[in-house]
Amino acid sequence: MRYLPLTPDDREQMLARIGVRDMDSLFRDVPKLAVVGRSAFDLPDHQGEMAVERALAKMAGRNVAAGSVPFFCGAGAYRHHVPAAVDHLIQRSEFLTSYTPYQPEIAQGTLQYLYEFQTQVALLTGMDVANASMYDGSTATSEAVLMAQRITRRPKAVLSGSLHPHYAETTATLAALGGKVVHAPCTPGKSEDIAALIDNETACVVVQSPDVFGLVRDLRPIADAAHAKGALLIAVVTEIVSLGLIESPGAMGADIVAAEGQSIGNGLNFGGPYVGLFATREKNLRQMPGRLAGETQDAAGKRGYVLTLSTREQHIRREKATSNICTNSGLCCLAFTIHLSLLGEEGFARLARANHARAATLAERLAAIKGVSLVTPSFFNEFTLKLPRPAAVVVDELAERGILAGVPAQRLMPHDAQVRDLLIVAATETVTDEDCDALAKGLAEVLA
Amino acid sequence: MNNQGRPSGSGEAQTAELATISGDRGLDHEEALIFELGREGMTGVDIPEVQLSEQHLGGLRRQGPVGLPGLSEPEVVRHYVRLSRMNYAIDAGLYPLGSCTMKHNPRLNEKMARLPGFGDLHPLQPQQTVQGALLLISELMKWLTTLTGMPAVAMSPKAGAHGELCGLLTIRAALQARGETRPRILVPSSAHGTNPATAALAGFTVDEVPPKGDGHVDADVLKAKLGPDVAAIMLTNPNTCGLFERRVKEIADEVHKVGAYFYCDGANFNAIAGRVRPGDLGIDAMHINLHKTFSTPHGGGGPGAGPVVLSEALAAFAPLPLLVHDGGAFRLVEHADEAPTGAKPFGRMCAFHGQMGMFVRALAYMLSHGADGVRQASEDAVLSANYILASLKDVMSAPFEGPCMHEALFDDSFLEGTGVTTLDFAKAMIDEGYHPMTMYFPLVVHGAMLIEPTESESKESVDRFIHVLREMALEAKAGKRARFEGAPHFAPRRRLDETSAARKPILRWKRKDDVKEAAE
Repeated sequence: MRYLPLTPDDREQMLARIGVRDMDSLFRDVPKLAVVGRSAFDLPDHQGEMAVERALAKMAGRNVAAGSVPFFCGAGAYRHHVPAAVDHLIQRSEFLTSYTPYQPEIAQGTLQYLYEFQTQVALLTGMDVANASMYDGSTATSEAVLMAQRITRRPKAVLSGSLHPHYAETTATLAALGGKVVHAPCTPGKSEDIAALIDNETACVVVQSPDVFGLVRDLRPIADAAHAKGALLIAVVTEIVSLGLIESPGAMGADIVAAEGQSIGNGLNFGGPYVGLFATREKNLRQMPGRLAGETQDAAGKRGYVLTLSTREQHIRREKATSNICTNSGLCCLAFTIHLSLLGEEGFARLARANHARAATLAERLAAIKGVSLVTPSFFNEFTLKLPRPAAVVVDELAERGILAGVPAQRLMPHDAQVRDLLIVAATETVTDEDCDALAKGLAEVLA
Repeated sequence: MNNQGRPSGSGEAQTAELATISGDRGLDHEEALIFELGREGMTGVDIPEVQLSEQHLGGLRRQGPVGLPGLSEPEVVRHYVRLSRMNYAIDAGLYPLGSCTMKHNPRLNEKMARLPGFGDLHPLQPQQTVQGALLLISELMKWLTTLTGMPAVAMSPKAGAHGELCGLLTIRAALQARGETRPRILVPSSAHGTNPATAALAGFTVDEVPPKGDGHVDADVLKAKLGPDVAAIMLTNPNTCGLFERRVKEIADEVHKVGAYFYCDGANFNAIAGRVRPGDLGIDAMHINLHKTFSTPHGGGGPGAGPVVLSEALAAFAPLPLLVHDGGAFRLVEHADEAPTGAKPFGRMCAFHGQMGMFVRALAYMLSHGADGVRQASEDAVLSANYILASLKDVMSAPFEGPCMHEALFDDSFLEGTGVTTLDFAKAMIDEGYHPMTMYFPLVVHGAMLIEPTESESKESVDRFIHVLREMALEAKAGKRARFEGAPHFAPRRRLDETSAARKPILRWKRKDDVKEAAE
């Protein structure tokens, strides 16, 4: 077996040194009833690289890759162009096959990029500090709510009705254990009256912008309303590229930002692995979950980086830790950091403008189709259309024509009758004029 | 000397420290922060400028720059290549971190995860366009349930600790369905920190169970602590001392007798996969670290994946989404009321369907190894650890009788009176070209050194490692402290000041002007 270097001779010699006759002797503590032979497993034997590649390529071939068709899906995961250098660099052995940087003397590469990542996330979100990542945007959001409950010592979390439903469910699963979760009504394309739900029991308000329908939200009045009652504003961003064009949540008064970083550096990957971004104000630092890289000096006086403030973390604080998170999204952070470094200030702003321009043109064009209207007056690279028919059916019909037209809102909210005809359409820089032509033509035809 | 006057001999080796003009040392380059490089207006990605109307921005256009530096592609590539060279890696050398399982990461797995048919799929595409992806998940589920002998598996947890949380929330839901609330969870004091942290996060109180002198959990104390208020025990098996809990079945039976559940931390499944089925031991839930046992790369701390296998008693409560096969096709159940009869999902662990990129890698690993190779890998891992234990226990000190599983545990009693600590010993390994072993864990052993060689090392490699550790131990005992004091000497950095890093945390770069302003 190509991955196993020991030979039968080696094994014999090693057993002799240990002083046992066979492998069974090494497993002697295992109860006999639990020891099974090869025949207990109805699974194939080992295979060569070609055979494995063939088997998996066959499965891959049964899927419609986003890049192979006109493609407009978003709703929390976005298809962007990732420069070739990113994927090359993250596959360097020293990054790919290293562990969490617990030995800083031989992990400065990882520690420094985490420090750069933290800085980038703080800058993008307009916050003071950011951690070294969470699993994804949804778990970052639920951790943010738990953090707000700890800081305010209040139980209630108010979730916007336009928060991505998967994020809302993930958060409710966890935050309802020791507190209370209130869902504001869902008002596609409009801001709901969330201020009315904030009371003296409220730990936090969770608002996504752009929201799940693509609507860009002004967070300032919500921040004011929350702060007036001593609650925190948690801003959620699922499309981080939007911050190249839209005002940062920090500048609009957010106390914690929980975001999905997939759009920068990371592919769609059918939903994971992604990278959760988590940032907050300096004063909340000690309640923050997750790893942190910090600057320090070595014994020779050279600048270097270490994992720090680990007294917040599970391996030190055990049941009193701020979170149970251990492994996070290291390599996805690296992809994010490299891609954003390649873009730089100028490239990032241009990328954001290219996305918005593409979406704006497409929205106007599709809204001109008979029976179709634009639900979201403001948006970044994603908008919602009201169709004259159930959107799920239209999406299926367009899929048959080889067009992935977007996400029907009902896929996320099956019980909300008002969203039945709503189609969430994303258009990033990867969408071509031909793709837009195909969608406009296809949509007009299936609706005719 | 050749005829151009170019010296061709190797010359005299300079032994004294030579300071270089650049501050770099040959292949070892110092590297500034990305924020200290570059210049305004530069970019490493060419994106055409577009006409922009602000009509749809809702008056919320960003005011002011983000503050990112501008660099060209070659500059960015060089920066991150230089950073990479400051890292140790399993590809470069033996990485004996106990409990972390640094085994070989086959590149085939990377290649497969990047097939557009997997890597370029959107999680919310119409399900008829992702049947191959759902088939892959279903195949992986079959491998995981077959290898563990458990009937069901929840695939969405994103790492080991996330899997623990999923397992405990499943248990909570099962108790609720029985109309019970049980507050207490028993956790051995040798457990990974994630276990008590997870129990607390899931709303339980943690009751610690001490170990016995032999490194096994004290089954009698554990049994005495069981009662109608105990929701579950969380036991790592093989345990963090590197031993198989020999009374595990008896413990499981007692746990079930009081109506509690048995959560197993599966971080060490790689010692027994293909040889022992956790399902036969009475386990109700166990997470599997795909990034340990099935070799999806650690990537400097993630991403991982932590699917949770579940017993018959818990299967119905697995979180959304569920994968079902009906009408000749796979279907993802994303909402509770679409679930098959009997299913009562407790909620959702994360957006979408889990770590697909890791699933592809793990299945590539499994298909490559086959059931025979998975078994052989476990055996080789256990064999190498025992070989290390047998080869070093005369010069280092092993607190427990073997045989061990895939990890060899030593304590620091062999260093007593030498003035050398576990930390010194571990850091001196860096100078010898090795990553240190896990140290000061498990907490139940003084100055612990936990060594996990994995199945990926040749006998020659393990022999070399043993030789180095033997010589180090002998030197320490002989009072030769030079190589230990202040080690490492030959790493990109000397020991770093962690105390001041925590006392006055600097967690991000700031512009010099901003730092100055803040100080004024």
